[in-house]
Amino acid sequence: MSKVVTDVICPFCGTLCDDIEVVVSDDGKKIEDVYNACAIGAEKFLHAQAPDRVKRPRMQQPDGSYKEVSYDEAVEYTAQMLYKAKKPLMYGWSSTSCEAQSIGHEIAEKVGAVVDNTATVCHGTTLIAVQDVGIPSCTLGEIKNRADRIIFWGCNPCHAHPRHQSRYSVFPRGFFTNKGHTNRKVIVVDPRVTDTAKLADYHYQVEQGRDYELLSAFRVALRNEPLPEVVAGIPREKIIEGAEVMKSGRFGIIFFGMGVTQSLSKNHNIDNAISLTKDLNEFTKFSIMAMRGHYNVTGSGQVLGWQFGFPFSVDLSRGFARYNPGETSSNDLLVRGEVDAVFVIGSDPGAHFPISSVKQIAKLPSVCVDPHITPTTEISKLHVPVAFVGVEVAGNCYRMDNVPIEARKVVDPPEGVLTDVEFLTRVNARLDELMAGGK
Amino acid sequence: MAEYIIKNGFVFDPVQGIKGDKADIAVKDGKIVKSTEVSSKAKVIDASGKTVMAGAVEIHAHIAGPKVNEGRNYRPEDKLFQYRPKKGSVRMAGGFSIPTTFKTGYEYARMGYTTAMEAAMPPLYARHVHEEIRDTPIIDEGAYPVFGNNWFVLEYLKNREIENTAAYISWLLQASKGYAVKLVNPGGTEAWGWGLNCLTIDDPVPYFDITPREIVTGLIEANEYLGLPHSIHIHQNSLGNPGNYTVTLDTLRLAEGFKAKNKFGREQVMHSTHLQFHSYGGDSWANFESKSKEIMDYVNKQKNITVDTGCVTLDETTTMTADGPFEHHLTELNHLKWANVDVELETAAGVVPYIYSPDIKVCEIQWAIGLELALMAKDPMRCFITTDHPNAGPFTRYPRIFKWLMSEEARKKQIESFKHREKMIEATHIAGIDRELSLYEIAQMTRAGPAKALGLSHQYGGLAPGMDADIAIYDLNPEKPHKPEDIEKAFSAAAFVMKTGVPVVVDGEVVNNGNKRTIWVKAKVNENPQVMRDIRDKFLKYYSVTQANYDVSSHFVPNPHVIEVDATH
Ligand code: SF4
Repeated sequence: MSKVVTDVICPFCGTLCDDIEVVVSDDGKKIEDVYNACAIGAEKFLHAQAPDRVKRPRMQQPDGSYKEVSYDEAVEYTAQMLYKAKKPLMYGWSSTSCEAQSIGHEIAEKVGAVVDNTATVCHGTTLIAVQDVGIPSCTLGEIKNRADRIIFWGCNPCHAHPRHQSRYSVFPRGFFTNKGHTNRKVIVVDPRVTDTAKLADYHYQVEQGRDYELLSAFRVALRNEPLPEVVAGIPREKIIEGAEVMKSGRFGIIFFGMGVTQSLSKNHNIDNAISLTKDLNEFTKFSIMAMRGHYNVTGSGQVLGWQFGFPFSVDLSRGFARYNPGETSSNDLLVRGEVDAVFVIGSDPGAHFPISSVKQIAKLPSVCVDPHITPTTEISKLHVPVAFVGVEVAGNCYRMDNVPIEARKVVDPPEGVLTDVEFLTRVNARLDELMAGGK
Repeated sequence: MAEYIIKNGFVFDPVQGIKGDKADIAVKDGKIVKSTEVSSKAKVIDASGKTVMAGAVEIHAHIAGPKVNEGRNYRPEDKLFQYRPKKGSVRMAGGFSIPTTFKTGYEYARMGYTTAMEAAMPPLYARHVHEEIRDTPIIDEGAYPVFGNNWFVLEYLKNREIENTAAYISWLLQASKGYAVKLVNPGGTEAWGWGLNCLTIDDPVPYFDITPREIVTGLIEANEYLGLPHSIHIHQNSLGNPGNYTVTLDTLRLAEGFKAKNKFGREQVMHSTHLQFHSYGGDSWANFESKSKEIMDYVNKQKNITVDTGCVTLDETTTMTADGPFEHHLTELNHLKWANVDVELETAAGVVPYIYSPDIKVCEIQWAIGLELALMAKDPMRCFITTDHPNAGPFTRYPRIFKWLMSEEARKKQIESFKHREKMIEATHIAGIDRELSLYEIAQMTRAGPAKALGLSHQYGGLAPGMDADIAIYDLNPEKPHKPEDIEKAFSAAAFVMKTGVPVVVDGEVVNNGNKRTIWVKAKVNENPQVMRDIRDKFLKYYSVTQANYDVSSHFVPNPHVIEVDATH
């Protein structure tokens, strides 16, 4: 008889759906089916069962092949690498639990590392904008219960956050929105005709890279000030109409993604989007929220915040925390050759960093902690496979609206495979010995 | 566990009525014991020429959770010149108005504070609050979940269903591992969901058809029905607005006729917090003035009310409150960056930096009001010193506030330095007050008083045998003449601090991360199927998380100290 585990959270994207049901075999070892999750979410669970999964650490050999090593050897290599390095980079953290992050930070503090998370290449610009102008925001349940104006700017939830619209933003019926999507008007701003844009009441096909102008134009329109005939490829009348739609709502929200955070103007786009939201609060209630990608990238920013005071790119190498994105951020450090070892956990810079950074990682002593084989594990000197957080081990995670939800354990990890917390705890203990003068 | 005997200090302990007499304090197994109960092996700590008090108890500060962390993350500038490196087992720590969790624990401990309460916990974010509490070393902590804008409470109280409200409170305290019933701008924060507010106690809450008056009285009744250790803890409507003292008096009067019912020794039915922000006269910033006298005259008469001051420290700081509409109002006023979070079914919060400048008349008047409240208090056991950290200033300024309260000379000097001193003197009472608080009164206002109001007088705030061995020794000789600056210096870095029997601060420096506990209240009530059904229903329809994912599991509270209440009737 199989059993069903309910209220499971999905450890894939920042939507952090917590209504997943997983069918597990009688012996509690095998996942048979996953209900409620979207296609990518379900795949994350099922992937844990892949027969070709790596179950022991692997050390890269000079000829590029891999040799299986024990966890003891992996702990030793990692501790020695971090101990010897002058300024190691400890990157990632977005697909692991807050508990693991916390131990990682203790290690980083000991060895004088730079701790950075994936925000450095996605919503880091958002975090910088928030440091400039703040952020009026809300929880996703507020959107479900109150919002009648939904704006998706530079994001495509249909593909990146598949259940976002049905759980929170467009379709659900809430307390003051009991007609669901018919209560709501949806605006999409995107140069592409995405599937999200196709669903919208209004699609603003902004010229590539001209978001800043369009945001400014909306702010001008709100004040009934004169506008040029066309801004960022959008005719004046459409801009005025859009501003009216926003103003006339009872409760509105702008969701924005990497289309604006990583396009021309970067943090200034977000600064302007937040300022637009603030302006709208003079007419009605309005909020803005980043569509965070990894399921716990938000948590990494939170834990770094309460432990060191900064949400990403935190340099602990001088014995106190420094923060200066552009200087203390991963890619800047890598391309300038300023770090002498790389530790990666819960992310895949090999797939997402510029090639110049990836080449640098390949040159350095490096460890990648990841249940999967990824481009990063393929260039790392040591690959440490671990249990899947949220599938094989529990731990806390923060949703894109900063709401913390505890991930559940559904099945046991393969025999002998360590969790992130166990591996980091052992590295930490070994470092204590090394620092106390042991060998 | 080790034994200690603290010898020859000048002891100030309101619990035993010791007013600076020389006495020895003995410690065994983390508790204070009679001197005869320790063996000859007890370690002797020489406190001669020094002041000895119980560890201080913080009744109201914002030190853990989502809005505090938003403050940290969005204010990198708050860390400038503030970082201390790692040293031994002491973690690196930084931040001024919103210190990191490590710094929070260390700085409280260095001042001789051993217990602190986080004053506003959004229940949906309780896990976050507890994660930060877990990472705050040394001090015992609890957190007050907010109830004043909660949809369950609004709906039950609209129908005057006290028993159901109580059952819901019991459930939520358990789910969030919370300590007390907090209200912030009752009704007004729900109105903020639509960009509106409730500025008097009779403004109806949109849609819910209830008024702040009904919310406050209903929650007093529910709180006393449960017999919780603390009373309701209220941040009133119309915070920070000129002329708001009438709203404050209206709210305080709601406590009339209620009597405290509990087994914890608490006498008040309402704790009114950061009263400084609620004691304003005038009808604009131009004729803004102090109404501390009107407020304290009332408070002094009503035995069933306690208050804390919310003293302004004249710093650049970060304001943060679950009073969402107030923070929006503030950003419109000072045009500094604004963070806001509306929390489904429960509350909201805002964060805005603020600079209390000694060159701005309004700030000077606010400074005076905070101190006046403490100086006008007839019963120091019912008026506690706070800054509403970090709202009126960081908690690290407590020693400076003690100096102002204990020395007329220090106040005069401060007034002299103000740009608008004449106008400020005219709008306040401070220049005419010559009262100087004694060390005994400071011990009442920071130790015995808050511990009693929290219902924790059996373990905190005093040095009687049987109580927790939370002890602070300050390098201040009450029998020798000292300058006002000496007071601030002594309280900033205690000579010695002990937390439940473990020395944690020696010569002003942290030496041990302690064994901190999280305090929460488990209130048992009669089975209530209706409330349980309502909870299920709301989670299914309106929350964005499932009910099963709402409870804070015990792993977030690794060292709990649970206070149990039996409210089955
Ligand atoms: S939307 Fe995101 S969190 Fe939800 S099931 Fe899909 S991948 Fe998982």
